[in-house]
This record gives sequence, C-alpha cells and structure tokens, in this order.
Amino acid sequence: MKSDNITTDVIKHLAHLASLNITDDQVKTFQSQLNSILEYMSKIQQLNTDNVEETTNVNGLTNVFREDIIDESRMFSQDEALKNAIRIYHGYFVVDAILE
Amino acid sequence: MLLDKSIQKLSDLIKRKEISSVQLVEEAYARIETLNPRLNVFTTLRKKEEVLREAQEADTRDPVTPLHGLPYAIKDAYATQDIRTTASSNVLKDFVPPYDSTVYKKLKKAGAILLGKTNMDAWGHGATTENTDFGPTKNPWDLTRVAGGSSGGSAVAVAVRFVAFAMGEDTGGSIRNPAAWTNTTGLKVTYGRVSRYGAAAYASSFDTMGPLGKTVEDCACVLEHIAGIDPYDGSSSPEPVKQYQKILDVSLQKKVIAIPKELFEKGIDPEIRQMILQTKKVFENLGITIQETSMPLLDYALPVYYFIGPSETSSNLARYDGIRYGQNRDHFTPETIRRIMIGTYALSAGYYDAFYKKAQRVRTMLIQEYERVFRACDAILMPVTPTSPSKIGELMNDPLQNILADMYTTSQNPVGVPSLAIPCGFTSSKLPIGMQLIGKKFSEDLLFAIGHQYQVATSWHKTLPPIFTTKKEGV
Repeated sequence: MKSDNITTDVIKHLAHLASLNITDDQVKTFQSQLNSILEYMSKIQQLNTDNVEETTNVNGLTNVFREDIIDESRMFSQDEALKNAIRIYHGYFVVDAILE
Repeated sequence: MLLDKSIQKLSDLIKRKEISSVQLVEEAYARIETLNPRLNVFTTLRKKEEVLREAQEADTRDPVTPLHGLPYAIKDAYATQDIRTTASSNVLKDFVPPYDSTVYKKLKKAGAILLGKTNMDAWGHGATTENTDFGPTKNPWDLTRVAGGSSGGSAVAVAVRFVAFAMGEDTGGSIRNPAAWTNTTGLKVTYGRVSRYGAAAYASSFDTMGPLGKTVEDCACVLEHIAGIDPYDGSSSPEPVKQYQKILDVSLQKKVIAIPKELFEKGIDPEIRQMILQTKKVFENLGITIQETSMPLLDYALPVYYFIGPSETSSNLARYDGIRYGQNRDHFTPETIRRIMIGTYALSAGYYDAFYKKAQRVRTMLIQEYERVFRACDAILMPVTPTSPSKIGELMNDPLQNILADMYTTSQNPVGVPSLAIPCGFTSSKLPIGMQLIGKKFSEDLLFAIGHQYQVATSWHKTLPPIFTTKKEGV
C-alpha cells in the first residue's frame, strides 16, 4: 500500500467522516504531514503476517458479566445530567435539526 | 522540606503526630505559589482554604493507610466530581464531572488530599505537554525545555515536591517519558491492573493508569491502594493485588535482565546510551545476570502504535459532539485532529485491512517477541527516550520527529506488559536520563524490587532540579 495516494480530496473526505471543520490551508498542511507520517508507518507492510491472528485486546478476559441491577447511588438527577450541556430547553438537550 | 521525604517516612511522622496534614498542605501551597508561575503544572489548582479544611479534617482522624493526609496531584484526564476535568482540551474547558473516576475515589478513601489537576497533552496526544490548551508545562531542569508528556504536569509536580506523589496515565510512554525527563520514577502498569473507569479515553486497549513518585518505594505504596478489579471497568483484572512494599527487599540472586542490542545501535544519544549501559554494574552487584538479547521487531512498534492508537482515539473522541457536555469539535488542536484523521483513514473502507488489521497482526507478533525473550529472562532493560527533552516549540511543527521521540515506549502498551521508569544519571548539560525495566504481565512486584534495590545503591533519584537553588526561591 503506497501512501502517496493521500490527496487533498482524501483529507477532505476524512475530515467529513470525522466531522471536523478544517480550512483549505489546513487541508494542505495535513496532506503533507499525513503523507510523511504514513510513509514512515508503511514499513509494517514489509512484514509477512500470513496466518497471524489479530490481537484486539491483551487482558485475556472473556465474557465479563455483572448482574443487571440498578445502583441508585450512581444515577444522575435530571439537573446533574443537564448541568454540563451548553444548550438546554425545559429539561431537554437541544440539538440542531437534522430534517428539513 | 517535608515533601522531599518518602511516603513511608511522612506517614510515620503523621501517625506519631509529629507533623500534620495541614503542615504538608501549607508547605505545598507555599512552594506552588513561588515556583508554579514558571512551571505551569496545573490546569486547575484547588482553593487552598478548601484543601486546608480537608487536611484539618484528616488530622482529626486516625490514619488507616500510609497515604492518609498526604497531598497529591492527578492528571486532568481523571474525572473528579465537582472539580473541573479538561483533559487539557478546550473541548472540556468548562466540564465539571458529576462522578468520580475509580482511582480518584480510591485515593480519597485512602485519605490522600488532592491539590489539583495537572496539565497534559490534550487527550494524551503527545510526548511533551505542549499539545495543551493551557500552555506548555516547563521542565524544572531547564525552563526552556519541555517536561515530557503526556503526563508532564504530574511529573513536574513530583520533581519539584509540590506533592508526595502524582497520578499519570500511560498509553505509549505518557508516564515513563516525563518521568525520565524530570528525574522522577514512574510506573506503567500491566494493562488491566488499575481501573480505567472515569479516565478520559485515548486508546482503550492501550490506556493504563499509574503513579509517579520520588522513589520506586513510593510508587509501590501508591499502587497497592489503586490497583484491583473494578466492576465499572470490564477490562480490569481479577488478578490479586500484592503487598508490593513488603517484598521490595526480596533476593534478586539469579534473576536475569536482558538488553535488546538493537536499541543501543542507532538513533540514541551517546550520553544516554552510556549512562544506561553503566547501570549493568549496579545490577550485577545485586546478584542479577545481564544478558544481551535481540528484539528486531521492536522496530515496528511505532507503526503498530500509530495505527491502532489513532484508530481507537478517532472512535473514542467521536463522542465529543458538544451536545450533552463540552464544546463542539472545532475546539480540537491540530495534533488531535491529525490523530483523528490518521485513525479515520486506517479504519476506513479500502484501508482497514492494509492498515488497522495489519497493525493488529503485527501486534500479535510483538506479543510473541516479548514472550520469546521472557522465556530466558525476568526483566528487559531499555532506554525511555532516545534524546534529552526538546526545546519548547522545537517539535511542535514536525509531527514525524515528535512521533520518533516515543520509539522506546510504544511497544509495551500494545503488548500489555508493565514497565518501570527510573532515573539513572544526567547528561553533561545536567539533564535527567531515565531507563525502563519491563516485566512479564503482573510482575510489578519484581520490577519494584529491582528498581528499589537499584535506588538503594544509587542516588540519581535524590538529586533536585536547579530551580530550587536559583536566586530568590528560598523554599
């Protein structure tokens, strides 16, 4: 996988996917920075990983369950749940409309 | 200076009522007032009156742990109820958590007194504590240099004795790197040894919560009180917690420390190389055998870390939408945006197999590499950083160089093994040098024993930074 295929369009697409607003100047800066970082990191492509399993977690635990019991000491009141929100209205979080 | 004494010593004095928690807090705030304006350790420093009230209250109770009444600081990644928690990002600049992280809760229960939240690279993204919206933390050994990171504020708080100990968080060197650059001791625990509940997530499968202290003994003491399984962190381990402090003096006869030769061949500052290799003598005097080994795959640890870490961070930081808490996504710094974009790229359709999955496979190979070496040794000795702390601003505009500063500290997190960073000398320009001892999973007790006995035989860790002796301080 050659990494010189990161174009300004790819950068814009990534920003869109990650919901990041970036300026045109930033697009150019990130393009060159990401290309140089990815060029360095692409060296893992040299390794043969046929028949090697992927590791996603190293704690060796499986199926960690707990009883489905409500712990009331950990419940937030409506005020506590809302107190860090920038926009609230009558006890609700306010979000931008997503439908026209 | 009381806070230069070990936790055990302070605890004995408190128990015998020869000193009080109030006295320690007064001493801490006096020093913070004098030195902190030049160091910038805290994102939030608690009001002295409020902390003194807690200390007064602690003085009326009988100590139940050695941490009782001792002032400490915690990285601003840990949620602290009713105390602002920012992760050093403007996204959370006004966030006041309605709940406590498990580590903070445990330290409160142990009687420790929190002074403040420490500066860090935002979200843990960095190795210099410059990627912060609160201004960089300065290195007390040279104020024009960085403190290391991302737990830079916590390391400096310990280095200048603002606190008896501090809490950091290590995802790819974030405890060990600032420990090495500030002449303090820091532990990256085995993954799962300490609960991550309530700590701002960088990369969930790498993140570990650990202490920074003046000595190995102090770190052992703190770990006893924060480790253990937590029902709120499904990845925390049921492995029993040992009484680490009681087994610091076990015999090290016939123990074997391996040194991977590749790490000393290129890319390392010759002075750092020399000081680390000089530690062999001290270890041999403790009855330990030193063996050379080879770990060629370590060369691939950085790419593994920089594909998986950003992938996980792009997912973890997706929650910051500015709706329920925090500001919107326009408040991320360029470094954080870069990491989110790399992660998004590695996880996106068409690249997922080539980058993310590939990195997870190489991660497996790294685990096997460590397993192979640990069949013939008990611990592995490595440098912490290839160079001395950089000048402030020097690496900020060169992301790739910035990444390379992590070359020795990124292999341990994908593998999950513990690593203890210990001071082992100074450069000719009097900048601290650190080494790290890496152990098998859950062998913190052995790392502590080796580290403690090394510190009994050496005095590097006792040297205080020059900021104490320069004019007009008098603290």
